[in-house]
Amino acid sequence: MKTKNFIALEGNQAVALAMKQIDPDVVAAYPITPQTEIVQVFSEYVANGNVHTEFVTVESEHSALSACIGSSAAGARVMTATSSQGLALMWEMLYIASGARLPIVMTVVNRALSSPINIHCDHSDAMGARDSGWIQLWSETAQEAYDNLIQAIKIAESINLPVMVNMDGFITSHAEEMLEPLEDEDVKKFIGEYKPIRSLLDVEHPFTVGPLALQDSYFEFKRSQAEAYKKVVPAVREAAEGFAKITGRKYDLFETYKLEDAEMGIIVLNSTAGTAKEVVDRLREDGKKVGLLKPRLFRPLPVEDLKKTLSHLKVIGVMDRADTFGGFGGPLFGDTRSVLYDVEHRPIIVDYIYGLGGRDVTMDQIYKVFEDLDFINRTGRVESLISYIGIRE
Amino acid sequence: MPVNIKELSGKEDRLTGGHRLCAGCGASIAVRQILLAIDKPVVVANATGCLEVATTIYPYTAWKTPWIHSAFENAAATISGVEAAYQSLKRQGKITDDDIAFLAFGGDGGTYDIGFQSLSGAMERNHNILYICYDNEAYMNTGIQRSSATPLGAWTTTTPVGKVRPGKVGGKKDIVASIAEQGAMYVAQASISNFRDLIEKVRKAVSIDGATFINVLSPCPRGWRTDTSDTVNIARLAVDTCYWPLYEVENGKWKINYTPRQKLPVTEYLKPQGRFAHLFRPENQHILEEIQEWVDSKWDLLQKKAQLFQ
Amino acid sequence: MSLPGWKEMPEGIVILDAGNAQEYETGSWRTFRPVVDKGKCTNCLFCWIYCPDTSVMVKDGKMVDFDYAHCKGCGICSKVCPVKAINMVGEGSL
Repeated sequence: MKTKNFIALEGNQAVALAMKQIDPDVVAAYPITPQTEIVQVFSEYVANGNVHTEFVTVESEHSALSACIGSSAAGARVMTATSSQGLALMWEMLYIASGARLPIVMTVVNRALSSPINIHCDHSDAMGARDSGWIQLWSETAQEAYDNLIQAIKIAESINLPVMVNMDGFITSHAEEMLEPLEDEDVKKFIGEYKPIRSLLDVEHPFTVGPLALQDSYFEFKRSQAEAYKKVVPAVREAAEGFAKITGRKYDLFETYKLEDAEMGIIVLNSTAGTAKEVVDRLREDGKKVGLLKPRLFRPLPVEDLKKTLSHLKVIGVMDRADTFGGFGGPLFGDTRSVLYDVEHRPIIVDYIYGLGGRDVTMDQIYKVFEDLDFINRTGRVESLISYIGIRE
Repeated sequence: MPVNIKELSGKEDRLTGGHRLCAGCGASIAVRQILLAIDKPVVVANATGCLEVATTIYPYTAWKTPWIHSAFENAAATISGVEAAYQSLKRQGKITDDDIAFLAFGGDGGTYDIGFQSLSGAMERNHNILYICYDNEAYMNTGIQRSSATPLGAWTTTTPVGKVRPGKVGGKKDIVASIAEQGAMYVAQASISNFRDLIEKVRKAVSIDGATFINVLSPCPRGWRTDTSDTVNIARLAVDTCYWPLYEVENGKWKINYTPRQKLPVTEYLKPQGRFAHLFRPENQHILEEIQEWVDSKWDLLQKKAQLFQ
Repeated sequence: MSLPGWKEMPEGIVILDAGNAQEYETGSWRTFRPVVDKGKCTNCLFCWIYCPDTSVMVKDGKMVDFDYAHCKGCGICSKVCPVKAINMVGEGSL
């Protein structure tokens, strides 16, 4: 292992640095707050000849992903980045990229969706894309976003599926943090050279991408695609293993924190997990049996592993930074309940929707969640299955 | 180099028979002529529409070229990406292929309307691409709905002829001028009827290192309510009435490529088409006059623009 | 062509056999078939350049026949023929 070489970077800068080290053949991207700095910093790399990338400065996010699809089908290693409305504008193309099995890698700097318009963090953007067939990795810190992005290339290209790497808008994207980047050569060696299974530029072997498939074949295409997601968990683990060998940093499908002997646990994505760990520590000092699970691979949902890891709990509080308006609680809540439906001693599972539109998440709020879980654990009574926290009544 | 049809006939067709476009379709005539015009390898991006749907019904494809369809509004962005990949891989020495022509095909719906933004963006970025609009003046694939390419007075299923509305209200968008004025290197208007002109334009466009655009009149017998055998004749009438002048704009210089010996009245073009039948009722006479005035003023303006650069 | 089951689908939405539409016959769409009188034909090849279905067969610069497996009988060839060498004949009358 190399000697530690920490530098201070904002999340967006870390992502741009990872992109520079990956040196993709094509980047097609459009600026949007809070992702903008990624595009800006990467533009400087392009302007200074630090990368070989053809940077396509498109006129919209829809065209960004459309151009990525064209490039990827032409056999290029392709990346992009967006946030919020940008991801929403890409929505149509997300499904097309995954259906066409194109290993495009995209950073999503999570931001609330309009309306009302807002530029700050929540997870409604990526959650809206959770059924689009993109693998989703989530990142608590800039270091994780950086590490995830490099691993995402490896994962995407090993199984021909697109990956989005999420990090919290402003909280992670704009906060400076000490992190340890890899050496350029190590990144190159880790991701290897991209060898596409076929390319539109191979004019000697022409083929058709994106034909019309009607009632007689659409279903077979989609069934075949569904099968591909079985390869994701092994691919994510394999990439993590290789990555750990270079960096010593260990990743898996999710991170657990003091969960093994816990009776009460919370499940929370991205940066809030950091705050929540602090609360767990303090409650542990008071002898409370509490812990935390932070999903890293959210799509595809690692059902079996989650089931094994969560089924011993008595009460679970899911913290959702997105709502499903007219659905049944937040998206993480619904998934968690579904995962645990079949276990013999099913934990009680409650939902806390928090932090929409960048609303601050305080330690107090998380204490209250644990207090609530403790009450449920002691009494077996659930007063509110789905609650909104940190909001003015 | 003049177009030699015998020489062309020795080339392999890169759009095969067995596609499911309607009998008498103008779009496939355009595509055949365009592909025959180009000698080098071609990669095609196709917007959603008749051409895309009917030529690639799984498990069959009529395309012998590498071909990609992703969505409706983004053929220009998609081919931008393909071309960017080519530029990058070539520069890095990862591919050694010869020169490739990058083509996008879109109908008028996919070009004038929903794809206008992505077309404008690709043209401004000046990718080395040729975008072809096969203009049949309505959304034919979904069943003849009006687009911004539909001309004044035309019947479509969303501009039906009713008691108070006689077909489409308002005229046709001038997309060629729009793209020319935004500064594209080469922009032209052509018609399937005048194949030599179309082929020469395609050859010129492909030889230019930059973004080029050709708008090709491609009549649709179903939507225009014409006999399948009349597709080419009607396209020729469009040209000979100056409804559809053949011209090009190269580096901002306007040039008329064909002046009819005798400019026919526009009614000669409109009359054989069922979509204009109602205009020949006495109460709609003024619409015919309006269309003639529009044709005359556009033709006049075009001549003036061309004179500027003589 | 027999359609593959889902396990046999290629990765991605692709057709790898470029130009295989040639195997799909659209000739049955026809109600009128073009018939050429080679005595009149001057081999100008207008029928060929204007055919929407790649169904006019040309050999060594000469129009030789129609590809009836794919010709949909639109009649464009007959209309564009400058010497009226192509007649449209009802399929039923053959």
